[in-house]
Formats: sequence, structure tokens, C-alpha cells
Amino acid sequence: MEAMLFYLVALVSVISAFFVTKCRNPINSALCLVTTFLCLAVFYVMLQAPFMAAIQIMVYAGAIMVLIIFVIMLLNIGSVGKSRYTHGVAGAIVLSFLSFIVAAKFIAGGTVSKAVGDISAEVVQSYGHTELIGKAMFTEFLLPFEIASILLLVAIVGAVILSKRKV
Amino acid sequence: MVMTPEVLTLSNNPILFTVAMLAKILVAFAVTMLIVAYATWVERKVIGRMQTRMGPTMTGPKGLLQPIADGLKLFFKEDIIPAEASKFAFILAPMMLLGPALISIAVIPFGGDLTIGNYIIPLQITDLNVGVLYILAMAGLGVYGIVLAGVASNSKYSLLGGIRSTAQMVSYELAAGLSIIAVFMLSETLSMRGIVAAQQGPLWGFEALSLIPNWYIFTQPLAFGLFVVGSMAEINRTPFDLPEAETELVSGFCTEYSSMKYALFFMAEYANMITVSAIAATLFLGGWGGVFWGPVNFLLKVFGFMFFFIWIRATFPRVRYDQLMFIGWKVMLPLSLANIVLTAIAVLLWQ
Repeated sequence: MEAMLFYLVALVSVISAFFVTKCRNPINSALCLVTTFLCLAVFYVMLQAPFMAAIQIMVYAGAIMVLIIFVIMLLNIGSVGKSRYTHGVAGAIVLSFLSFIVAAKFIAGGTVSKAVGDISAEVVQSYGHTELIGKAMFTEFLLPFEIASILLLVAIVGAVILSKRKV
Repeated sequence: MVMTPEVLTLSNNPILFTVAMLAKILVAFAVTMLIVAYATWVERKVIGRMQTRMGPTMTGPKGLLQPIADGLKLFFKEDIIPAEASKFAFILAPMMLLGPALISIAVIPFGGDLTIGNYIIPLQITDLNVGVLYILAMAGLGVYGIVLAGVASNSKYSLLGGIRSTAQMVSYELAAGLSIIAVFMLSETLSMRGIVAAQQGPLWGFEALSLIPNWYIFTQPLAFGLFVVGSMAEINRTPFDLPEAETELVSGFCTEYSSMKYALFFMAEYANMITVSAIAATLFLGGWGGVFWGPVNFLLKVFGFMFFFIWIRATFPRVRYDQLMFIGWKVMLPLSLANIVLTAIAVLLWQ
């Protein structure tokens, strides 16, 4: 049952990811990307990470993609003609083939049952996924968390300086 | 043989579980759609009375058949898709607006437990342990409806409406979302059912205050105000209905729409209003807790909120765009952040 659902969602996500690059109209491409994000959220739910699923939809589908569509809307990008970058296509084929080999090697090398650690599916069920993430983020991974927030602060200040010449 | 009742799940009785689930979904959906239809009637009647008019009177007794007449009229109108519009997105937009509003209802508890035989059936479609985040995520998806309608229509009024709406929704979503954080700092759970359970009993657990329920509106009045104002802006109700300001933008993002697609935008507006009222009732007014039977309490609170929204619409003029951005970013966002800090300090001191 779960495997069937996985293959179904995986199929949808791969097809929509394909159409992200295939669509001529940028708005349709953006919508396909949203579909891919929603499929990723379903994967997070299947991996017993409901918090990540909700954040995936909230941040990627809800905020970032809306901003991308906003930019498309403001710049008024129309449909683009057929691209002539054949060497680009060839490069993409080679690159995706190589990454497929890497992915296949990883898949062949490990199974889910080999995963070790304190946090199992039962722990997540009893303790709550959000609590686990929160606790880990503010104790074990406090330094990366703070560094990320400083990085974001720098980005915000940079955006303000770029958009406002006279402060 | 007497058994203690257990919670009905897919594993202990699959058939009854499926039937109960379908029944709950059907009832929740039917009730929501019924409220959507009659909210339009109530809105016209109430606003009419507030402006010393009668409102609809001709269709049926006291105009009660007006929603049906409106629906039929829109249904039989010609459906026009502009030639230059991006067709796929144009058709998708109204659905993208109505869909998230309706699926948010899935995590809202509308009653206590129902015991049938040996099984306990919670009166809630599903209890996610990230319920609040799910609702915020769905609110985020709701923006797409208006954005797509704005872009796909290929008309300058629609585009301007769409741009205004995106900016408005993104800014107010932040304030409304941050105000909820203070609530689940107190409840210590993200599940909607857990939040309702945390609001039962007397205020702050003092027996002396047993007349006042432990609702978060008393503990978090600022968060409540911020959430109501923020969600009013998020669902584009007056005084924040700039995306469809008639005097400036014809009718904003739905200018090019006709027939049932136009009706869907209106249904989405009322469905959003119901969802927001239900969320506010659950988070701040103790959900289904109260003097009557659970669902009755809950519906009363939802109706109260909807009346409040209609009342606001009849009372306040529309805000200007710069005022809107000022309130959102310079008043509401700092206030909700300050509220989080204050709540955190209070929670620490209490422990």
C-alpha cells in the first residue's frame, strides 16, 4: 500500500519536474515546480517527518514560489521560443547520467534497515517530530542554527541597502 | 461482556472507520457549503439593516431563496475565457482559491468524542500533530488562487489586483502566523485537539475563577487581536479588500471571470471566512467547549465571528495601500514578535 503510494507520488513528481523544464510558459513551469514541492511534502510525511512536510509547503510552495511567480508577473515574461542551445542539452544529458550513476550507487550500497541512531519511528510517534527537531536544533545544532540566522540577517541588510540607496 | 471503549482506528475496525470517516467528511463539507450559501444571504440582510435598507426580500420568504437564485443565475451565464489568457492557469485559479480553504477544515475539531458501542469517534476529520502548521501551510497555498487569476487573465486590472494581493497576503500571513506561536507556546502542542483540551477548565487552573473558562482570548488578548486583524487581511475582507477595490481596479483579480468561475471566487471568500472563524474559535475561544453540546458550541462561536466580520464590513472604510503596508510591517509584526518574547518570559517564570 505504502510502496504503491510512493511510486504514484514519485511518478507525479518526476513528470512535473520534467514539465518544469518543458513548459514554454513560465507560469506553467512555476506551477509544475509547485506540484513537485507538494510531492516532496508527501515524501516527508511518508518518512514520518510531518513537521518537515508542513514547513516544505509553507516555505517553498507558500512563500518562495509565490515570490517567483510575483517576479514573473512583474517582469511580464512571455512564452519563450525553442532554445537552440544543443550543446547545453548534451551537457545536461551527460550530467544527469552521471548523477544517476551516483544515485544508483548510493541506493545499491545501503538499505533502510541499516540506518542506526537513537531516533526510530517509535520514538518519533511517542515523542513528536516537532519536539525532536526543536530540541536538537537548540541544543546539539545551536551553532549552525545561529550561523544560518546571521547569514539571513546579512541577506536582509544587503537587500535593504540594494533597494534603498539613501538610508 | 463489558469492554472499555477504545479510539476507533483503521486497524481495530476498518469498515466502521471508513464509514465514520466518510460520514465526518461529508457532514463537514455539507455544513460548510450550506454556511457558505447562507452567509451571502446573512451578509446582505445584515448590511442592509445596518444601512437602513431591507436587503433581499423578493425571493422566497424573507428572501431566503436568494442564494439559490444567485447560484442558478451564475450557473446559466455564459462562461468566457479571454482569448489572450493563459487557459490552464485561468481555469485552475478559482479552484486553487477554494481548495485550500476547504481542506483546512480537515484538522479543525468540531466536537468532543462520540461513543458508539465500544469505539470512541473523535468529532474531527483528522488530528494531525502538526495541525497548526498545516493550517498555516494551506493559508500559504491560498495565495496562488489570486496570483494565478491576476497573471492568467492577461488584463492590467487583474494584474494590479494580483500584485496587491500577493504583497498583502505575504505580509499579513507573517503577522497572523507569529501571533499563533504565542498560543502554542502555552498549549505545548501543535495539534488542534490538544489546543482545545488545554483550554478546558477554569482560568489558569484557579478554582476561584471557575466562572471564566481557560480560553486563550483571556491569556493572549494581543495575539487574538493580531490574529483576527491579520486573517481579515489575509482573506481580503473589508477593510482590507484592496485587491478588488472597485473604484480603482474594476473588480481586481476577478475582472475577467464570468459564470461559475466568478461564483467560485465568491464561494472561496466565504469559505475562507468560515475557515478563519473556525480557526479563531478553536485557538482562542476554547473550540467546542461550552455549555451546550460540542458541535453546537462550536457553530455558535463560528457564527459569532462571521457576524463580527460582516459588522466590520458595514462599519469601516477601506484602508489605503500605504496604510496597509504600514500596519502590517511596522505595527503588527513588531507587536507579534514582542508578544512572543513576553509570553516566553511569562512561561519561564511560571515554571
